[in-house]
Amino acid sequence: MGQGAWITDGLVLLPLAGALLCWLSPLPRVAVGVVALALSLGEVALWAGALARVDFSQGLTVQLEERAEWFGDLGISYHVGLTGFSVWLVGLTAVAMAAGVGYALWAGRERARAYFGLMLFLTAATVGVFVAQDYLLFYVFWEAMLIPLYVLVGVWGGPDRLAATLKLVIYTMAGSLLMLAAIIVLGLQNGTFDMVESPPSSSVWLFLGFAAAFAVKAPLFPFHGWLPDAYRQAPPEVAGILSGIVSKAAAYGFLAIAILRFQGHTVRDVQEAVLALGAIGLVYGSLLAFRAPDARGVVAYSSLAQLGLITLGLFALNLAGFNGAVLQMVNHGLISTALFLLCGVVEQRAGSGHFSLLGGMARGRPALATLVMTTGVIALAVPGSTAFAGEFLILTGVFDQGYGWAIVGAGAMVLAAMYMLRLISAILHEGPRSAGATRGPDLRLGELGVLVPLLACLLVLSAWPAAVTSHTFGQTKETPALAKGGR
Amino acid sequence: MAVALATPPVDWLALSPALVLLGASSVALLAAVLLPPARRRPVAATVTALAFAGALACASLLLDRSPRAEPVIAGAVVRDRFGALAAAIVAGAGLLSVGVSYGRRFRKHNAEYYGLLAASAAGMAFLVTADNLMAIFLGLEWLSIALYVLCALDVDLRGSLEAGLKYLIVGGFGSAFLLFGFALVYGATGELGLPAIAEAVSARGLEGDALLVAGLGMVLAGLGFKASAAPFHMWTPDVYEGAPTPVTGFMSAATKTVAVVLAMRLLATAFPAQAELWTWAVAGLVVASLAVGNLAALVQRNLKRMLAYSSVSHAGFLLMGVAANSALGAKALLYYLIPYSAMSIGAFAVVAARERELARPVTLDNVAGLGWERPLHGVALWAFMLGLAGMPLTGGFVGKFYVLSAVYNRGWIWLVIVGLAATAVSLYYYLGVVRAIYMQTPGELGIAPAGGSPPRDLALDAAILLCLAVTVASFFAVEPIIDLAGKASAALPL
Repeated sequence: MGQGAWITDGLVLLPLAGALLCWLSPLPRVAVGVVALALSLGEVALWAGALARVDFSQGLTVQLEERAEWFGDLGISYHVGLTGFSVWLVGLTAVAMAAGVGYALWAGRERARAYFGLMLFLTAATVGVFVAQDYLLFYVFWEAMLIPLYVLVGVWGGPDRLAATLKLVIYTMAGSLLMLAAIIVLGLQNGTFDMVESPPSSSVWLFLGFAAAFAVKAPLFPFHGWLPDAYRQAPPEVAGILSGIVSKAAAYGFLAIAILRFQGHTVRDVQEAVLALGAIGLVYGSLLAFRAPDARGVVAYSSLAQLGLITLGLFALNLAGFNGAVLQMVNHGLISTALFLLCGVVEQRAGSGHFSLLGGMARGRPALATLVMTTGVIALAVPGSTAFAGEFLILTGVFDQGYGWAIVGAGAMVLAAMYMLRLISAILHEGPRSAGATRGPDLRLGELGVLVPLLACLLVLSAWPAAVTSHTFGQTKETPALAKGGR
Repeated sequence: MAVALATPPVDWLALSPALVLLGASSVALLAAVLLPPARRRPVAATVTALAFAGALACASLLLDRSPRAEPVIAGAVVRDRFGALAAAIVAGAGLLSVGVSYGRRFRKHNAEYYGLLAASAAGMAFLVTADNLMAIFLGLEWLSIALYVLCALDVDLRGSLEAGLKYLIVGGFGSAFLLFGFALVYGATGELGLPAIAEAVSARGLEGDALLVAGLGMVLAGLGFKASAAPFHMWTPDVYEGAPTPVTGFMSAATKTVAVVLAMRLLATAFPAQAELWTWAVAGLVVASLAVGNLAALVQRNLKRMLAYSSVSHAGFLLMGVAANSALGAKALLYYLIPYSAMSIGAFAVVAARERELARPVTLDNVAGLGWERPLHGVALWAFMLGLAGMPLTGGFVGKFYVLSAVYNRGWIWLVIVGLAATAVSLYYYLGVVRAIYMQTPGELGIAPAGGSPPRDLALDAAILLCLAVTVASFFAVEPIIDLAGKASAALPL
């Protein structure tokens, strides 16, 4: 349909086709991993092509769009396209999934064909969430994300994986079904399920239906009950993807649907409540991260805190907040993936991620020490890092809504420094507490090949955060309205 | 002295699906007597499979050639697309069931099995086109009697006879309710034809007539028995568990299809004046079925029992389409029946395969690791479970979405919420199966792994593959199926 629409289709179809290839072709274990990695890198390249084609001056307009009737009698179509901000999240997905696939290839997962097929399927579903421009299609991709995640955690996860998957599914489905109810009502009322054609809704109930799904998936306090188990039991790369990308699908949903597809006054009716949840999550998550007894626990709860912060930025309902939130989504996606992979690396060497068994791992392992240190320092938003840029914009945005929110946010940055430094020193610097912590080599080439590119992305963004922030919403006729707070 | 009976002109095409199946049934029964024992099963199965394919072709032809609904054979039968599509679903379900059954060898009565399968399907194909109360009752008894015997056919299986007997007794109850209801309706209106009943009601102002309403209530109860909707579902778990698994699969798909299609036709054609009454009554059945089916399924360990309760809950979802009493509802119902039948037969087919392998009832414990041992069965069962749970990438999602849309348009958002809550509950047991087949290994549960690998059953695998294809394809190709369902539902006065 539109020029360059093939690229949006390709972003969804390439990994989907790759998944089928992995499942059906009788390739040996290593070959299937290599194929999956090549396809993931192809996805990154495809995204780069899309990035070059998106017109960021029209950031809010759906571009490179493809539309085909799916079931016409209810006005439902396969409608995909990219916007100025969704393209960054697609990129994040492509990069982080490639890292995840690379790590899995290095770590050597069993039942490789099933595993890599599921990873590619997850890529397709997640990209689908970011490009869907039809409510029902969005829901389909949203649910489709859960199917591979369920199996990835449940089959390849740790000893308590069954309980973890059960919680994950029950929590997220409870939220998703409320969203489905909202979608049914919204679509049938409008006579179309198309996001672009539908007029902005003014119903608080529908807003809450969508918000329920996003709040659980993100997760926002108090819907995070599934988080610690899932993040601890999943294989490290899956945990990284869960917290790095899948949670961004929720944040994206808040922005693209709950904020931009609802009337401004409706969103402002609930703004304070959501801001409060975000702020509580931010502080509470940071405190839990500070108290967590293991490396993954710290990263998991810091994820809860960061999603709270992103929510603060989004519900500041102004351009600074939105821009900061989008940048922080990308930042946190990369940071969280890298940190979980580092947790995996540490666990593999020490046999456990529990702090009581770690320590002293910097000795004789300069590469590991450098990577943990750099990632950790970026994660705690040291000035000059891209995370600092994101958090600063978010705080600027939320300051407009009341300085109290900004104070909470700034305070949480201190807490972030506390828990990240605790993580770094517990892994690297304090005296070794177990024999495991002193065994094992420094990072191998395969691990470096996965982690260094992730870190490089973060360093590039640190040098030039405007790469994201000035290429998101653009200058359309809606932007001034956004700057003043919603449409 | 010869008495000349006035015979009405017969539209043979309208009856063709039933006639083809009936013919195959006779051939299979003859094969059971005339052929040497070793040849009986292959011959009877082949003939029956061909007949199901033929019935499917006839039904498709009928679907194509019946743009307008017209009563034929003195109003006993109506030739329309609604009935034709339902007959096509029944024929497809029968064809799949033959594939599922083929590897199953009974000690005796192998050919009779296929004869009875074809006979009951013939009854179903007749019933979905029946347009007056006598023809409906005839069709219902026709299919039921064949099914009673099918359930009890496996004399080696202890539960089988019990299942047959239970089905017979409870089914007899259901028939009695239905027949008494019919009698009351006839008593109130003096009419047997479905459209004639509606005309008599509006012409003589019988909308609130006590006799008629009592009759309607009994008819609803009778239909509830056949569709295994709660609270008339008590027979379902025992019969589904006891009956030979291929029969269970056939019943869960075809019998339910016929029951809900009949309910839709009967209620919409004969009782439009009482719509306010029966839509609420059906909504009551929906809520009860969703609650009972889903809650009871949560605690089942035996897969067949679990699927039985799941079928009770699906009676609820399917009846939502009836309760909506709208063109969208009928369309949704017809659409939903297609993936539902495929998923249901497919799920029972995988259970049947495992059962043959282990030679004992299939429980959540002894399917552990199935997904890795038998990739096709595992993936298929996974897809069927997701589909029954209404997850995307299966037609089950679209079907559920359509019926929920239909009840929403009826103004019942509360029923949408109930349906979604039921779906949330159902995930626990559907995903429990996925968990068992992929995430638990036999060792983890302390059960010896299944010994040896059974010979490949090509017919069974083909049936499973076909079910999988329908389940997934109905998600992607919604438009053609829903168009067909839309045309078919246009035959009803909605």
